[in-house]
Amino acid sequence: MEYSESMILFPLVLPFLTALLCLFLVRRIFAQHFISILGSLALMVCAIFLLIEVEEQGMLVTQVAGWEAPFGITMVIDMFSAIMIAISAFVGFVVNIYSLQDIRNKRKYFGYFTYFHFLIMGVNGAFIAGDIFNLYVWFEVMLIASFVLLAIGNGKEQLIGTVKYTLLSFIASAFLLIGVGMIYGISGSLNMADIALYFQQNCNDPLITVAAMLFLLPFAIKSALFPVYFWLPASYPAPPIAVTALFSGLLTKVGVYALLRCFTLLFIHDVEYTHTILLVAAGLTMLSGVLGAASKKGMRTILSFHIISQIGYMVLGLGLFTPLAIAGAVFYIIHNILAKTNLFLITGVVEKIKGSSRLEEIGGLYKNFPLLSLLFLIAALSLAGIPPLSGFWAKFILIKAGFEVESYFVIVIAIITGLLTLFSMTKIWIYAFWGESKSVNKHDLISNESSLFRQQWRLVLPVLLMATATLFIGLYPTHLMKYASLAAEQLMDPSIYIQKVLGK
Amino acid sequence: MEFLLSILTGLLFAAGVYLLLHRDFAKLVMGIVIIGNATAIFIFVAGRIVRKSAPFLDEQGVAPDTFADPVPQALILTALVIGFGIQAFALLLFKKVYDIPDIEEVDDLKK
Repeated sequence: MEYSESMILFPLVLPFLTALLCLFLVRRIFAQHFISILGSLALMVCAIFLLIEVEEQGMLVTQVAGWEAPFGITMVIDMFSAIMIAISAFVGFVVNIYSLQDIRNKRKYFGYFTYFHFLIMGVNGAFIAGDIFNLYVWFEVMLIASFVLLAIGNGKEQLIGTVKYTLLSFIASAFLLIGVGMIYGISGSLNMADIALYFQQNCNDPLITVAAMLFLLPFAIKSALFPVYFWLPASYPAPPIAVTALFSGLLTKVGVYALLRCFTLLFIHDVEYTHTILLVAAGLTMLSGVLGAASKKGMRTILSFHIISQIGYMVLGLGLFTPLAIAGAVFYIIHNILAKTNLFLITGVVEKIKGSSRLEEIGGLYKNFPLLSLLFLIAALSLAGIPPLSGFWAKFILIKAGFEVESYFVIVIAIITGLLTLFSMTKIWIYAFWGESKSVNKHDLISNESSLFRQQWRLVLPVLLMATATLFIGLYPTHLMKYASLAAEQLMDPSIYIQKVLGK
Repeated sequence: MEFLLSILTGLLFAAGVYLLLHRDFAKLVMGIVIIGNATAIFIFVAGRIVRKSAPFLDEQGVAPDTFADPVPQALILTALVIGFGIQAFALLLFKKVYDIPDIEEVDDLKK
């Protein structure tokens, strides 16, 4: 394949086409499956190609329809975006396989796969948008697709979860739009590079801090930061597990991505003030998330609370604001997307076997399902940060970065959170995997491992793929770290971005 | 004019927030609509208000001295369309939730 500038738009065009085709074939489940898998696969190939290309060229930029920046719409893929696109394409592909089996036909008839790919398009759009209004629009694309995915199927719990999610997302969007309007009022531009340049030259304008806070709030709501995370445990446990897994892997991370992008490129005029707020929010998020999880009894709810505490680690990297810390944050995002999505997928398998994932109703999985238990352990211990799994390296980098700038307080919180995460994971292990064999029905719905692998291979294969990826990152962290450091280098030096986009 | 519109924006936001905090589903939808419109006016004011000509070049290709900035209007247009979509979705969603037995108002969602 030869690289051309228009290929930057492929991460948008491919999911769009897949979604449309799925919409036309909405009554033909098998054709939908085929198109959907093919689309995800193509996106993954495209994402890897772009990643290689970014590594060679540093940053890919295109001006849509040839309108020069800052007047037209700019699309930018730097190292960070490329990594994020690649990982979300991988998650999309894996969850897509899982959905084939996990999602009931009723939901597929109402266009599950269509919204699935629209969601991925929105996520990719947010990753490559080079102007703030475009970022807002892609957020909306992603949100509307996620509303539908959350509500599709009309379950009571689902609808109630969707109401909470919709309302809070709407408020977040309104604030984001006000922020966009405010920045346009201050700088007269929407192009991120142009705004960054303007902010550098007029860094004493107090309105910039107001705009920064107006951006912080919506992104904090979307990434579930303290104190605006309440919508997440209220809505995530409700939908089918494939949807929850996709959301946990992608949605909140887009919020973190937007935070990282805006608070390394645009709002660096008063790091002392803005990034201290981020640091405090990160510490409280870690602690409150993990404590919330400790008090819960269902696997879905426990894992949902853990999403929150893990978001805290990523924002911690941003709050410390050194190249190493940012690299740690990027590393952490990748590790967390893999481990967290996998844990949800395993929860789904457990529900298939036991009929429930509430800890007081199940038990004794280890006896008949040793391999599944091992896969759970890989993901769970990785999340808690046990060496040599991926979570250990991610936490290690962040804590090292914390020592370098001597913020001991957040380091202590990070370590305590790690321990409490281990506590929650052992709780799931003890109740669900150890002990007497117990399930909601008299017998397990699937009796042993070989019939699980034979009947439900479309559920097990994704879990295996995810666990392999986690193990690979754990055993060879330097590969990912190389990319993460490159991404951090570009993020910490906005002049590269400005130069590439504006050519000055 | 800008002063009046700023006051209006503030009032609309206040009304919208008040309605969003209300227990009634119908008022929740009204809150969403009003806050959406308040944001639109906010952008309009933030983009400066000019009562002169449209941003077109004349026959000699010269731009008029002062003209209204088209960008905020484009932003508002997009935002309104997106907002309209969300409002339509929210209306239907709230109707669906309201149809669930023993859910009458927002407070019932906690159970």
